[in-house]
Amino acid sequence: MIAGVLHQIISGIATGGIYASVALALVMIYQATHHINFAQGEMATFSTYIALTLINAGLPYWVAFLATVAISFVIGVAIERILMRPMTNAPVLASVGVFIGLLLIINSLSGWLFDYTIKQFPSPFGSGKPMLGGFVSAHELGSTAVTLIVLSTVYLFFRHTSLGLAMRAAAFNPVSARLVGIRVGWMLALGWGLAAAIGAIAGMMVAPIVFLDPNMMAGILLYAFAGALLGGIDSPLGAVLGGFAVGVIENLAGAYVVGTELKLTVALIIIVCVLVIKPSGLMGRTVQSRV
Amino acid sequence: MRSTLPTTKPAAMPIAKPAALPTPLPAAMIVLAALAAATFLFSNYHLFQITLVLVYAIAILGMTVLTGFNGQISLGHGAFYAIGAYTTGVLMTSWNVPYWATLPVAAAVCAGFGFLIGLPALRLGGLYLALTTFALAVAVPQVLKHKAVEQWTGGVQGLVIDKPEAPFGLPLNADQWLYLFTLAIGALIFLLAWNLTRGRIGRAMMAIRDHALAAEAMGINIALLKTRTFAVSAMCTGIAGSLGAIAVQFVAPDSFGVFVSITLFVGLVVGGVASIPGALFGAVFIEFIPNLAEQVSKAAPGAVYGVILIACMYLIPSGVGGALARLINKVRARP
Repeated sequence: MIAGVLHQIISGIATGGIYASVALALVMIYQATHHINFAQGEMATFSTYIALTLINAGLPYWVAFLATVAISFVIGVAIERILMRPMTNAPVLASVGVFIGLLLIINSLSGWLFDYTIKQFPSPFGSGKPMLGGFVSAHELGSTAVTLIVLSTVYLFFRHTSLGLAMRAAAFNPVSARLVGIRVGWMLALGWGLAAAIGAIAGMMVAPIVFLDPNMMAGILLYAFAGALLGGIDSPLGAVLGGFAVGVIENLAGAYVVGTELKLTVALIIIVCVLVIKPSGLMGRTVQSRV
Repeated sequence: MRSTLPTTKPAAMPIAKPAALPTPLPAAMIVLAALAAATFLFSNYHLFQITLVLVYAIAILGMTVLTGFNGQISLGHGAFYAIGAYTTGVLMTSWNVPYWATLPVAAAVCAGFGFLIGLPALRLGGLYLALTTFALAVAVPQVLKHKAVEQWTGGVQGLVIDKPEAPFGLPLNADQWLYLFTLAIGALIFLLAWNLTRGRIGRAMMAIRDHALAAEAMGINIALLKTRTFAVSAMCTGIAGSLGAIAVQFVAPDSFGVFVSITLFVGLVVGGVASIPGALFGAVFIEFIPNLAEQVSKAAPGAVYGVILIACMYLIPSGVGGALARLINKVRARP
C-alpha cells in the first residue's frame, strides 16, 4: 500500500513537471499581457511534430531537441508580432477569439501536415525498465530532470540577467519600463518565444508517454490551467508548484478515488475548488480594485 | 498594466454595441413565414439540415444573451448542449417520457448546472469563466462515459432515440413535424430572448457589461445577475441540445467533445455577439461551412473556422448581424 502510494506520488511528480512547464508558459504570457493562451497546448503539439520530423530525418535526438526549441521560439515571436500585437488593447472577447482561432488553425495544420494517426515518439532516456526498486522509469526520471533544468534556467534567466530584468519590468509596468528605454513590444515578443520554447520541451517530454496525435495536449493544457490557478495565475513560482501539485493529486485521485476514466474531471474539480476557496491561488496576489 | 489610479475607462470593455435590427417585428414575421413555408418545399434531408440550423441558432442565442448582452465569455456551452441532449436521451429511453415533455426537464437541469458552474467563476473576471467552462467542455465526455452512469447513458455506445411522429393525425411526415416543432420552440425562445434583453433585466445586464462599477453603484447585484444570466444562457443551449438529440436520434459521448463548444463559439462570433438575429446567421455558417470545407480535406473545417474567426475579430468584430444592422441603418439614414 505504502509502496503503491509512493509510486503514484513519484510518477505524479514526473507528469507534474510537464504540467508545471506548460503552466509556467501560460503564466508568463498572462503576466505580460493578461491574456490566457488557449493555443498553448496546440503550439506545443506542433513543436513536437517538428521534433519528430527532424528525428526521422536522421538528426541525433538532442540536436533535434535544440533545433525544435529554437524553431518554436521563432514561431512564438512571430505569432506575437503578427497576430497578437494588434490585440494589445482589444476587448477580452477579441483576444479569446484570436486564441481559439489560433488553436483551430494549428490543430488542423498538425493534422494536415503530419497526419491524424497516433505516432510513437522516442524517449532520449530509453524505454528502459523501472529503476530505483521499480518506482520510476528511466523516462520519468529523465523528463523530471529536464523539466527541473528548464525551470531553474528560466528562474536564473529572470533573476540574474539584465534581459530577464527588462522582461520582468516590461510585464510589471510597461509605461515606466518604456521610459527607462526598454523596448516593451520586443520584450513581450521574447516572452511569447520563451513560452513557446518551454511548451515545446514539455511536448517532447510528454509525447513518449501519451503518444503523439494532433490533440495530444488538450488534456495536459487543462491540468496546466488547474496548476496555474492553484498556484496563482500571476505567480510563476506558484504556477510551477501548482503544476507539480496537480500532477500528484491527479495521479493519486486517478489511482485511489475516481479511477482513470475521470482523471480530466479532477482538473475541473481543482479549478472550481480554487475559485471557490481561494481565487488568487496559493501564491498569487489578491487584486484589489480601488474606486 | 494595473494602475492604481482611478480609471475612467470601463473595466470590462464593451464587446459591441447592441446591434438591433430596426423595426424587427415585420422582418421577423417574414423570416418566420418563410421558414414555415420551407416545410413543404424541401426534401426530408434538407429539412433535417434546416432543423439543425434552428437547433444551433437556439444554442447560439443562449451564448448571445451571455456574451453579447452580459459581456461574459463561455468556451464550454457544448457541455450544456450535451447535458440537454442526454437529459432527453435518458428520459426517453429509460423512462419512456414523450419527447416534448423532456424539454422542460432539460431546461431545468441545464439552468441548474449553469447556476452551479457560474456561481464560483462569475465572481471573478471574464477570463475565469472562459477557463472554467473550457475545462467543463473537456471533462464532459469522460463523465458521460463513466461506468457509474453507464446504465442510463449507454456508455461509449450512447443512446438511440426514436423519431417522433406527427400527432393528431396531421398530414405531415416525421421530418416535417419535427421541423415545425423545432421552429415553434425556436420562435418562442427568440421572442423571449428579445423581450428579456429589452426589459429591465436586459438593461441591467448591459449595464454590467458596459461599466460594472457604475452598475453596482446603481444597486445591481452583479454576481447574482451574472450567474442568473449564465443559468438562462445554459438553459437556452440545453433546450437546443435536447431538440438536437431528437433530430439526430442519437447521443454519444464522443460527439460532445470540446469541438462542439468551439463550434458554437465560432457561430456566435461570426453571427455577431450582440445581435439576436445574428444567431441565425451563425447557425447557418456552422451547419453548412464544415460540409463544404470537408470536401477539400479533413483538416479544412478547423482551419476555415480558425481563419474566419481571426478575420472576424480583425474585420467585423460585431459579426454578420452587427454589420447588417449598421448597413440597414446607413441606408435608412439617407434622405
